[in-house]
Amino acid sequence: MKYESQSIAKMYFIAAIGLFIGQILFGAIMGMQYVSGDFLFPEIPFNVARMVHTNLLIVWLLFGFMGSAYYLVPEESGRELYAPWLAKLMFWIFLAAGVLTILGYLLVPYATLAEITMNDLLPTMGREFLEQPTIAKIGIVIVVLAFLYNIGMTILTGRKTVITLVLLTGLVGLAVFFLFAFYVPDNLVLDKYFWWFVVHLWVEGVWELIMASLLAYVLIKVTGVDREVVEKWLYIIIAMALISGLIGTGHHFFWIGAPDYWQWLGSVFSAIEPIPFVMMTLFAFNVVKNRRREHPNKVAVLWALGTAVMALLGAGVWGFLHTLAPVNYYTHGTQLTAAHGHMAFFGAYVMVVLTMISYSMPIMRGKKAANVNAQKLETLSFWLMTISMSFITVFLTIAGFIQVYWQRYIDNPLPFMVVQDKIETVYWLREISGLVFLLGLIIYVYSFFAKGEDVVEVVKDNAVTS
Amino acid sequence: MRETFTKGMARNIYYGGGVFFLLVLIGLTADTVTRISTTDNRENITEQVSAGKRLWEINDCVGCHSLLGEGAYFAPELANVYTRFGKSTEAIKGFIKSRPKDGIPGRRSMPQFNFTEEELEALAQFLKYVDGIKTARNWPPNIQG
Repeated sequence: MKYESQSIAKMYFIAAIGLFIGQILFGAIMGMQYVSGDFLFPEIPFNVARMVHTNLLIVWLLFGFMGSAYYLVPEESGRELYAPWLAKLMFWIFLAAGVLTILGYLLVPYATLAEITMNDLLPTMGREFLEQPTIAKIGIVIVVLAFLYNIGMTILTGRKTVITLVLLTGLVGLAVFFLFAFYVPDNLVLDKYFWWFVVHLWVEGVWELIMASLLAYVLIKVTGVDREVVEKWLYIIIAMALISGLIGTGHHFFWIGAPDYWQWLGSVFSAIEPIPFVMMTLFAFNVVKNRRREHPNKVAVLWALGTAVMALLGAGVWGFLHTLAPVNYYTHGTQLTAAHGHMAFFGAYVMVVLTMISYSMPIMRGKKAANVNAQKLETLSFWLMTISMSFITVFLTIAGFIQVYWQRYIDNPLPFMVVQDKIETVYWLREISGLVFLLGLIIYVYSFFAKGEDVVEVVKDNAVTS
Repeated sequence: MRETFTKGMARNIYYGGGVFFLLVLIGLTADTVTRISTTDNRENITEQVSAGKRLWEINDCVGCHSLLGEGAYFAPELANVYTRFGKSTEAIKGFIKSRPKDGIPGRRSMPQFNFTEEELEALAQFLKYVDGIKTARNWPPNIQG
């Protein structure tokens, strides 16, 4: 670690992992409710568990992005962070806001939470993923602005690299598009149209910029490959992400009352959305193959490659599976969407944050890489989580096909709940996969505390250090 | 990548492509916002419908149900529930009212929200309004949602 202020990332990463555990526990609860409908009812209704599950995901990924930025920006910029005190202060504000929001979901009925937080003054609650009370949303805006100021000033007053500029563009986009969370018109078609300006333009737009820059940074560090090569890849990957993803938003406009031309535009542009992920995979494997050093942190390399592959499968392949309008006509709003959502979020965003953590955490703890045992356990957790998530995705896909067939395709379609009963076995298999994922996560957390011998570094190229 | 394709070219594709398609998206959005006046059933957005939408939101209905295919997939699609329930707001109100407080053993059940008569009417009117939105190919595909 070159700069002391980089270590601020540590608290952000610890919080991220803590909230990640909470997210998975509530995922397991929901999986149980799918097979045993009255599980924890009426104490934790499904919608409450779901808000906790999805909101924890978003909050911990934001912690992960911020931590990653605080770690890499000083090093890339060649200077200490502009205002370390501000980063620490914002950490506590964000953590408090996040925890209070989750407790609010769990401790009082949602309508009561809306009343306590005076939702009537500026109603923004009750939309998928954006369920946070208005006051919490304002808190998010303040934290993100302070974060952007801090990161922005560090970048602009230091050395500017392609990685930091792309990261900054992604983070500014994240902040700007979040503002649509405050626009909730009574007209449902308009409401839905602009809701996607947060959701789609985050996960299929600016977050891809953040993801690609984090991945590029770690790959430079662990492979020692020439920065020029990496930067060229980075530009072309994010260029394709924006070229496909911006108009690709249209694949959400097929059935919400928007004009018919979106069926063509949405289908064509979202069909090319897998391209940046294909390129990311080629890029990752290419630079690892042409590496100029053997970094002792082998598991970080594994996470980096895993991110590229799983993002390609989850976002690219599973996204394409149901993105063409004639297919989406049947699959829209079925478990197929859940299948895609799970693997895409895991592959692209969860894994890129875990890649950053895997690379930087040992350095912040004073070593270049975790010890042999810790790396073995982390590798085991990588495979357990990745494989179980793949099974979750496959089972949800099967569930989606069953749903499409009985509820949408046949001549005399069956009611929703009748079809759900036919899927019970598959939902059980999904829940079991989810529990394996939880096991993988427990091993992951344990790996940070495992003791063992230091990894012996093999020097392949003596020109590079750290 | 070969040397003929330089970093400068990649950068230009990024900036050029990004800005161009952002502008296209803004243009298409302007067009969409004008055109949807014929499909979005805005003439039926009464005060009651607005109140119903607010109730839909502050009870997080979308955390279990989907509406025009978006939301959760734990409970039935509601964009066409008005048609499915025989075009009867009374049937919708009756269903919401009848949910047992402690659920149904072993089954999924909608919580009992203890809505007032006025709130029930607003929710039912909101769902009736949503049913009237003209979607492409008349989505959902059939009455079961």
